[in-house]
Amino acid sequence: MDMATLLEYVAKASYFLAAVLFILGIKRMSSPVTARKGIEQAGIGMVIATLATFAITGGHNLGLIIAAIALGVIPTWLWGKKVAMTDMPQMVALFNGMGGGSAAAIGASELLKFTQPGAAAPPFAMLTLAVVGALIGSISMTGSIIAWAKLDGRMDRRFTFGGQQAFNFLVLAGAVLAGLALVAWKLDASLIVVFFLLALGFGVLMTLPIGGADMPVVISLYNAFTGLAVAFEGYAMGIEALIVAGMVVGAAGTFLTQLMAKAMNRPISGVLFSNFGGGGSGEAIAGTQKPIEASDAASLLYMAEKVIIVPGYGMAVAQAQHKIWELAQALIKAGKDVKFAIHPVAGRMPGHMNVLLAEAGVPYDLIADMEDINPEFKTCDVAIVIGANDVVNPAAKTDKSSPIYGMPILNVVDARQCIVIKRGKGTGFAGIENALFYQDNTRLLYADGKEAASSLITEFKAIEGGDGH
Amino acid sequence: MIDGFLALYIFMLAAFTGTEIIGRVPVILHTPLMSGSNFVHGIVLVGAMIALAHAESPLAIAIGFIGVALGAGNAAGGYVVTERMLEMFKSSKSAGKK
Repeated sequence: MDMATLLEYVAKASYFLAAVLFILGIKRMSSPVTARKGIEQAGIGMVIATLATFAITGGHNLGLIIAAIALGVIPTWLWGKKVAMTDMPQMVALFNGMGGGSAAAIGASELLKFTQPGAAAPPFAMLTLAVVGALIGSISMTGSIIAWAKLDGRMDRRFTFGGQQAFNFLVLAGAVLAGLALVAWKLDASLIVVFFLLALGFGVLMTLPIGGADMPVVISLYNAFTGLAVAFEGYAMGIEALIVAGMVVGAAGTFLTQLMAKAMNRPISGVLFSNFGGGGSGEAIAGTQKPIEASDAASLLYMAEKVIIVPGYGMAVAQAQHKIWELAQALIKAGKDVKFAIHPVAGRMPGHMNVLLAEAGVPYDLIADMEDINPEFKTCDVAIVIGANDVVNPAAKTDKSSPIYGMPILNVVDARQCIVIKRGKGTGFAGIENALFYQDNTRLLYADGKEAASSLITEFKAIEGGDGH
Repeated sequence: MIDGFLALYIFMLAAFTGTEIIGRVPVILHTPLMSGSNFVHGIVLVGAMIALAHAESPLAIAIGFIGVALGAGNAAGGYVVTERMLEMFKSSKSAGKK
């Protein structure tokens, strides 16, 4: 066996090991106890696979490879280290877009290779998957960048124009036709350029009209897209590790996207092709919002036995999670039963709120999912809603004309008393009036989330102290 | 070149594996899991490295270079943010011990 063959064996074995580590890693990430080990394991797999690749590249363009890796790793590593937890969803979108772009670049270089004079005609399956992977990867890249820009507040939330869907469809059809022509007709350099421009353009167009409330589903979908693109390019290049890792992520991502869409009661097609939070705004709501002062709210809490806290993204924006946990600790110390109720799509991604609460130090066993906590609102004395809006809006159950009709919600409306901490009288992320705010048993504490939590703590402790004497 | 039908079987089995292993994930881990799976497809870096190593024309080298940089960014960024998120998950028991 010569040296090159031996190195290739080593590399192939390393890829196999990496694939095993990835699958075990993702599996471990499915339990809070082992999750951290899981990502570390997957990380080891990645390092092994990368190092092994140096063994089979034979030193060609070695300097460039190392430079490109450094260029990719250093800024993202530093940025990832310091980015705020609230900004995680857009970071995931951005990194996902990079992966999609990388898969598209592989597709481009494969296609380019086949256009070289004297190149052998590529096998049909290989060429087809290289084209499909490039198409999906390109869409994922530009789509993720738009998703990032929207979540990062760099772009208006929605962008629509007349005939948009027909136009988008034409662009997609053009990209698909160009791809078909590449596979079935001829591999022409200018046709490749047209194909990529249309595919990249479609990613932008497809994401522009999607509103912020639907963005979690979209990011998850693009994550699955990138996985598939990686798997297909892996086939085109004959690297099994890419096929396995890409396909596992593609399937897991698709499954996760369905879970999310189901949690929001939005079919994936509805997310992609209709506009959320625009159109109808539901029935007008009769009644008034009844304000409450922090001192009165604190006495409600003092008399309560069971308190459920419903945090939403607004809490995180106000950086109030630490103060809220402090309040919860004060309540627990006073012997009250305190739980956090999390809607599946609270925050900007499913589970995002859990991350934000974990950052503040809230143990995960105090945090309950919607299905577990919903029956408990009936027996709850006070529900505190902070920074959440659409996910507690009873219109989702009662008002058929509301754009969020049918979305599962937290049954805060069942609680004996409800305190809503809110900056002002505005509507939520989806731009819909919230009937909960007008209920007889709802009181609104108008304040910045952090200040409201601080004053609740102070007032609560004052009542407690007064009672002790 | 992998035999077409063999590849089809690999695709199929990997797809079932992907769905199975996350089927039991609690909602609290959905975001870290999405981020973790985002990291895993950073393996695309390996493909891009091989593409760049085989590139000869300036255009192919440029495309390969972009592919490697983007793939490396996906892997590195994906790892850091996932690790940071998972680091924070503690139960009240382990938080109490600290």
